Amino acid sequence: MRALAGLLLVLAALPLAAQDAMPPAPYAYRQLEDPALEARAQGLMETLRCLKCQSQSIADSDAPMAGDMRHQVRTRIAAGEDPEAIREWMMERYGDYVSYAPVVSRTTWPLFAGPLVLLGIAALLIWRRFRRSA
Amino acid sequence: MIAELGLAALWMAAALAALQLAAGFLAARQDDAEIAILVRPAAVVQGVLCAFAFAMLVWLFARTDLSVKLVAMNSHSDKPLVFKLAGAWGNHEGSMLLWVTVMSAAGALIALVERRLPDRTMQATLAAQGFVALGFYAFLLFSSNPFERLPIPALEGNGLNPLLQDIGLAFHPPTLYLGYVGLSVAFSFAVGALLTRQVTPDFARAMRPWVLGAWIFLTVGITAGSYWAYYELGWGGWWFWDPVENASLMPWLAATALLHSASVLAARDALRAWTIMLGVVAFSMSMVGTFLVRSGILTSVHAFAVDPERGTFILVLLAIYIGGALAVFGLRAGSVAEGGKFEAVSREGALVINNVLLSAILGVVLLGTLYPLLTEAMGVRVSVGPPYFDPVGAIFVVPMLLVMLVGPLLRWRQDRLARVRRSAIIGMVAVLAGLLLAIALGAGVLPTLGIALGAGLAVASVLPLKGRRLRRVPLATRGMVTAHLGIAVALLGMASESAFSEERLAAIKVGQQASVGPWQVTLAAVDPVAGPNWTALEGVMLASYDGGAPIELHPQARSFWSPPQETTESALATRWNGQLYAVLGKAADGERWQVRLWWKPFVTLIWYGGLLVALGGLLALLGRVRDDLRRRYVTRKAAERREAAA
Repeated sequence: MRALAGLLLVLAALPLAAQDAMPPAPYAYRQLEDPALEARAQGLMETLRCLKCQSQSIADSDAPMAGDMRHQVRTRIAAGEDPEAIREWMMERYGDYVSYAPVVSRTTWPLFAGPLVLLGIAALLIWRRFRRSA
Repeated sequence: MIAELGLAALWMAAALAALQLAAGFLAARQDDAEIAILVRPAAVVQGVLCAFAFAMLVWLFARTDLSVKLVAMNSHSDKPLVFKLAGAWGNHEGSMLLWVTVMSAAGALIALVERRLPDRTMQATLAAQGFVALGFYAFLLFSSNPFERLPIPALEGNGLNPLLQDIGLAFHPPTLYLGYVGLSVAFSFAVGALLTRQVTPDFARAMRPWVLGAWIFLTVGITAGSYWAYYELGWGGWWFWDPVENASLMPWLAATALLHSASVLAARDALRAWTIMLGVVAFSMSMVGTFLVRSGILTSVHAFAVDPERGTFILVLLAIYIGGALAVFGLRAGSVAEGGKFEAVSREGALVINNVLLSAILGVVLLGTLYPLLTEAMGVRVSVGPPYFDPVGAIFVVPMLLVMLVGPLLRWRQDRLARVRRSAIIGMVAVLAGLLLAIALGAGVLPTLGIALGAGLAVASVLPLKGRRLRRVPLATRGMVTAHLGIAVALLGMASESAFSEERLAAIKVGQQASVGPWQVTLAAVDPVAGPNWTALEGVMLASYDGGAPIELHPQARSFWSPPQETTESALATRWNGQLYAVLGKAADGERWQVRLWWKPFVTLIWYGGLLVALGGLLALLGRVRDDLRRRYVTRKAAERREAAA
């Protein structure tokens, strides 16, 4: 009985799936022919945030918006654009939030200064410890 | 009635926590024997009452009692029983109750078994444990009552997030909680020892099994969580540097450092203040993790509680406990002497470097996790992800792995590098071999480093066994070797996955083929199937490795109806040298289906490595506990003999 109900539900849902069948973004789920270009696109997609998801890149998401963005990335890479130029374009359009690779700016400098300070503290701690004992 | 019983037990447990705090504090201060006898029983009864309250909640979920708000909000009569039970902690209130239950059970256990520490330190420790528990009881009773009734019982429940209806995830939170909360015991020990200024090797030995236990659970929890993300999210990713993942990684890093520094304290009576500090930091990281996940400050799958009041409450608790502990540390650390001396080239020396570097890695993860929240509060949204964590983390991870190659071979107190030269050369040869192999295969910079250091560590980790009779090697040493080997194995898996994965997206008709890496995959059929609370389209795929006999795979695209949500259930074909990962997507044009295929060479090593690390911890724990029991037996026998002689 349950299986039958399930079957009916799935059948009822099929036309819905068919509506999605003509996606406006063919490269959302299609790879570029040239493996080198695809690898470059993949590398960029993995560092762009899916704005509709929780902590997933556009390379890891089923959200339609992520699909559109993948399409954008792939077609632009295929047209010979530089990945960093595409990232710039994405950031202009969606804000810095879209890029997982923070750049040094007035708001983000502590992200980069922090590890340097940690490195300094680590070196200092180790040096002091062993200078005393030596 | 069941809900009221649970609530009453919770109130009584809170009262006992208050008693434990007051009596423990007074006893530790005044050495008052009459008050002191109250402390241990209070801890035990508190644990029993809290466990009882938790059992009542599980029972309510098992019966799907829809007059209880929490059940109505998070359960559904159609759910399979195991997910009804898991639903008890798959929500904010229930998971906080689980947290307190584990914590009070741990308190009861130390009250029952720990006999090695001086009485005053023990009472101060239990007082600290009561203090921490009290805060969480207050949190539960005043802002997250799990037993609240609805004025009118609901007709049907809301259901549980379908992503969470997975057997792996059902047991993922309890595992992590056992880890988080085990660190609360380390924290209490640290505060207790600090209050009575008795930071001794005995203190480290008493604390160590708890740290080890917590660390094992954290390791298993992180490993399982990563595997869950891998197969459940449907895109083959296994780590996202998601704040929630970081929330479990940070306590693990702190616990790893604590474990090593406690070993130095136990064996050599050195690094006293540092060990105490790490004890405080480790539990602080657990609390930060709880705050991140429970406050709703991150909107993510895990952050179900979207209520600033609760977030503020946890933040206040965090400030009281961490601030309080740090204040005590600041006042007392000066009077805790650093202890035993050692040379730079020695086991302690290597462990100090390991500790400092692990702490720095912790700092990087903490910064990368919290800083975006800070800028968001100031109105600027930034994302910090793999392009930040991977290279910045590597700056600290690479030297740490290099020290790991030789550290375990060094003698305590004082050693010469010349003595371990041959072993070091063997390790470096393996590093070089890995390096050349990775370069020849065309891996990127970080994966190349991973493969080189993974290969070196895999060889170097077993060198401490060289020239020893395996049967006579202590369990703890075998544990260390296993855990270090596990790190190497996991590292190789991560590097291989990131360097050599192949992806294939295709739109194919039933009967057509797509290939990825060495696999040819034929879509044989797409059938509708139904489960207890979902329907799905199930693909039948025939996957053949390198022209061999085909394996049948059944990836599904599921639709849940309570609450409505779609999930993908990937299908995996595991071979010794990697995994085929298959996903059935949406219908493409006409009769074609979207399929996603990945070939991930040696990806399973990531989780096997994680399990090896946990196994290493377990061996070490068994070894330590056995030694303790033996020592206890010997001292008892000696005392009996003395008595008999007298």
